[in-house]
Amino acid sequence: MSRYTSATSADRAAMLETIGASSTAELFDQVPEALRLDRPLALPPGMSEAEVFERLAELAGRNADAEEQVCFLGAGMYDHYVPAIVDAITQRSEFLTPYTPYQPEISQGGLQVMFEFQTAMSELTGLPISTAGLYEGPSSVASAGYLAIGATGRRRFVVSRGVHPHSRETLATYAEGFGAEIVEVGLKDGVTDPAALADAVDGETAAVFLQNPNFLGVIEDVEALGGAAKAEDALLVVAVDPMTLSVLKPPGECGADVALGEGQPLGNRLDFGGPSFGFFCGTEALIRRMPGRIAGETDDVDGRRGFVLALQTREQHIRREKATHNICTAQALNALAAMVHLSWLGREGFRELGELLVRRTAYARQRLAAVEGVELLHKAPVAREFALRLDAPVGPVLERCAEHGIAAGYPLGREYPEYENGLLVAITERRSKEQIDELADVFGTAISAERGEFLSHSESKSPQPQEIG
Amino acid sequence: MAATETPMQRERAQTIYEKSKPGRRAAVLPSAGVPEPPLEELIPKELLRVESPRLPEIAEPEIVRHYNRLSRRNFDLDTGFYPLGSCTMKHNPRLNERVAALPGHARLHPAQDPRRAQGALELMWLLQESLAEICGLPHVSLQPSAGSHGELAGLLLTRAYHADRGEQRTKVLAPDTSHGTNPATVTMAGYEVVKVATNGQGGVEMDDLRAKVSDEVACLMLTNPNTLGLFDENIAEIAGVIHEVGGTLYYDGANLNAVMGHSRPGDMGFDIVHVNLHKSFSQPHGGGGPGAGPIAVSERIAPFLPRPQVTRREGGNGSGPSYDLDFDRPKSIGRLRGFQGNFGVFVRSYAYILSLGADGLAEASEIAVLNANYLKARLAQGRAGKHLPIAFDRHCMHEFVLSGKPMKREMGLATLDLAKRLLDFGFHPPTVYFPLLVEEALMVEPTETETKESLDAFADAVEQILAEGEQDPEIARQAPYSTPVRRLDEVKATRQPVVRQALS
Repeated sequence: MSRYTSATSADRAAMLETIGASSTAELFDQVPEALRLDRPLALPPGMSEAEVFERLAELAGRNADAEEQVCFLGAGMYDHYVPAIVDAITQRSEFLTPYTPYQPEISQGGLQVMFEFQTAMSELTGLPISTAGLYEGPSSVASAGYLAIGATGRRRFVVSRGVHPHSRETLATYAEGFGAEIVEVGLKDGVTDPAALADAVDGETAAVFLQNPNFLGVIEDVEALGGAAKAEDALLVVAVDPMTLSVLKPPGECGADVALGEGQPLGNRLDFGGPSFGFFCGTEALIRRMPGRIAGETDDVDGRRGFVLALQTREQHIRREKATHNICTAQALNALAAMVHLSWLGREGFRELGELLVRRTAYARQRLAAVEGVELLHKAPVAREFALRLDAPVGPVLERCAEHGIAAGYPLGREYPEYENGLLVAITERRSKEQIDELADVFGTAISAERGEFLSHSESKSPQPQEIG
Repeated sequence: MAATETPMQRERAQTIYEKSKPGRRAAVLPSAGVPEPPLEELIPKELLRVESPRLPEIAEPEIVRHYNRLSRRNFDLDTGFYPLGSCTMKHNPRLNERVAALPGHARLHPAQDPRRAQGALELMWLLQESLAEICGLPHVSLQPSAGSHGELAGLLLTRAYHADRGEQRTKVLAPDTSHGTNPATVTMAGYEVVKVATNGQGGVEMDDLRAKVSDEVACLMLTNPNTLGLFDENIAEIAGVIHEVGGTLYYDGANLNAVMGHSRPGDMGFDIVHVNLHKSFSQPHGGGGPGAGPIAVSERIAPFLPRPQVTRREGGNGSGPSYDLDFDRPKSIGRLRGFQGNFGVFVRSYAYILSLGADGLAEASEIAVLNANYLKARLAQGRAGKHLPIAFDRHCMHEFVLSGKPMKREMGLATLDLAKRLLDFGFHPPTVYFPLLVEEALMVEPTETETKESLDAFADAVEQILAEGEQDPEIARQAPYSTPVRRLDEVKATRQPVVRQALS
């Protein structure tokens, strides 16, 4: 058994004597006897460090990760290259092991990172105020809903079907609590239907929710769509993929009141979905309604520049039931990873990466659309992800690709039944032209094999040949 | 006290943006390898960004140096004693970092087909089973991202449970000693919070509870041991009172580290528990996240758990069990976030549970309680005993609360002054000014991973600060002296907020 404790029997005896107790059991006397567990926990005995490592490595070995497979999966989290300095810096004890910076005099490192991070996210989104970070993407969307109710006094959300299904579902979960109605607006030709959106927004609408690029990878005209929100004084909330913000017009320049999103593409691991961070930016008008931690600049008594948690009067530990949110985590370590990654990319590198993604994605889209049995789900412009429709059942096609060591994409059918054999394909800088070509080849073979089976299966089932076709 | 500037104080804060120079860079990207048309040919010009975000321009050696220097301006648990009450600053084993970084964990895409993520799903299932056993409640969802997220889950589950029975309840009870997240969550979940008073032993005041209980009460949120570090002996009776009117009982698991393997929230009568994996189960706090706040629930709450849920199917014909994600849960409250939760945290906490095992977890709580009582006894002696009396004088569990009221009255030293002076002695101060019902409160939680020597050194430092205060209270009032910056103007930061760097 591994132990991380130090008390020897001599220590125990000396400590109990100082306490004036005869045994540690006596200290637990305050727990009523009926509530004391009278047996050991039904868990395995402890293991040595070497044994625990082997056991965890064995479990990890039964996952097909992005080293074992060529990964074209996206849908909000992407297999980007994380530079070595991110690991080196985030694993430093001084960043890894402190708590929230309640004592600013001994937390200047973490607080300054928050300040630098807020600056970076503000630059990316084109909005002046950024928080230090929330849990992750979809719950940040839900938090924007809570903010919008407080800011407008209205209780109706208009949400594009292009917003990530996880975000829409999380918003609905939260709305059941704080009380809000959700109206969904459909997609047309891959983008949010502008006429339907304008119809849906009314004087009771607290916020309009868009995502750019939307879940199908399509670039939305946020500025034009946002007009409907402006016309009714509703907040415009836009979820964005931070990796695309070097090339796409930032939400702050499109009239967004709140821009937020999933931070994983910036310096964070895939980690089977977390931990990552959510970023949350807004206009000056919303600064006292923002959820979570915000670092601010100030001076110490000798006039030295320093940083503190600012605007804490919004927060739960002071305002309690009147707080703007209940959150107290800032995903500080994950935000640090993002800040180091962004510093490493730098102003030029960040733009180059965005352009690289757009061009490789254009190539992949064209290459895959040329495969027999594949067509584009929509023709609208995309950034780093695109949707296809297969002329074959998507599940078995993905299975065949997996047998060739490729995770070909994210099937749309569960969350978008209208795209039954739809597939979402994502590109990162780790996906080379050669890998894209390989995907096209494997894909072609897999689809033709499935179509063959599908056709022969249909024939064998059909007693009357004229019913085919 | 004449302040001589330390080297770190002399080195004034400079942000990475201020170290930036046009033309410098770190990253070299792979070449595109595909045709490179102008972007305008791929994306309409009016949707494109004109000016690049003003990120720093700086080479790798200076990035490394910048963040390493910043790191040295932090105090951290790996460096020193961190008795921050209610935060459970226990050692973060490095093994857990190593196993979390294995590519099979770190580079596993969350949308991977469950058939190709069997190891991850099995790990989640095993962690669920472990937490269920520790909490004494049969069903677990790992989805909530933090304790506060678990609290929200708990109240949304409560709402769904009552709605399913055709009831609309409006009130949630919480003691006046509760964590701030409790009342904040109550409001977010659309309920009204009703405060319950605390009795002379630091527990729930039963008469006040009975007076406030009605069929409008949806839930009682409780921490046990409570925020004074005391186990509420009336818990069974409290549970009876709430259950009698049909409410649910919610356990804020912030203080679970006191009772692992000794007493279980489920056996106390709780319906819903959140577990802070970053407290009791050793996930590093990371300077304010990440963490995770799984919830364990009773049978009657289980149908409403968030989706997806990890399920296990027993194998047949000699094959082992298989694992899947179940989305088909019609009564579920739905998702609380994207994908499956903070899996990287699950890996670390499961590694911790495997390392300690049944006996090790029980021992961890036992030593946590021993250490707290020892430090409490040490601080009852000498000047601390006189100036900083214990708020409720009985054996504590894993933490205890002192009151700085006499110190303030007799020496003119506020709890804040003592806390700031402790910084000069190389200690992180305890939690201050919480719980609210103790005047000038200091909440001390040493955890099980500290040595007797560390506890003695802390008690000695408090004694020395108080002795110094008797001579010259001004020393502590002006503290700290040795930290990278001294006391900061927090009022200014809120009145005239500067929350980002101005860039030209």
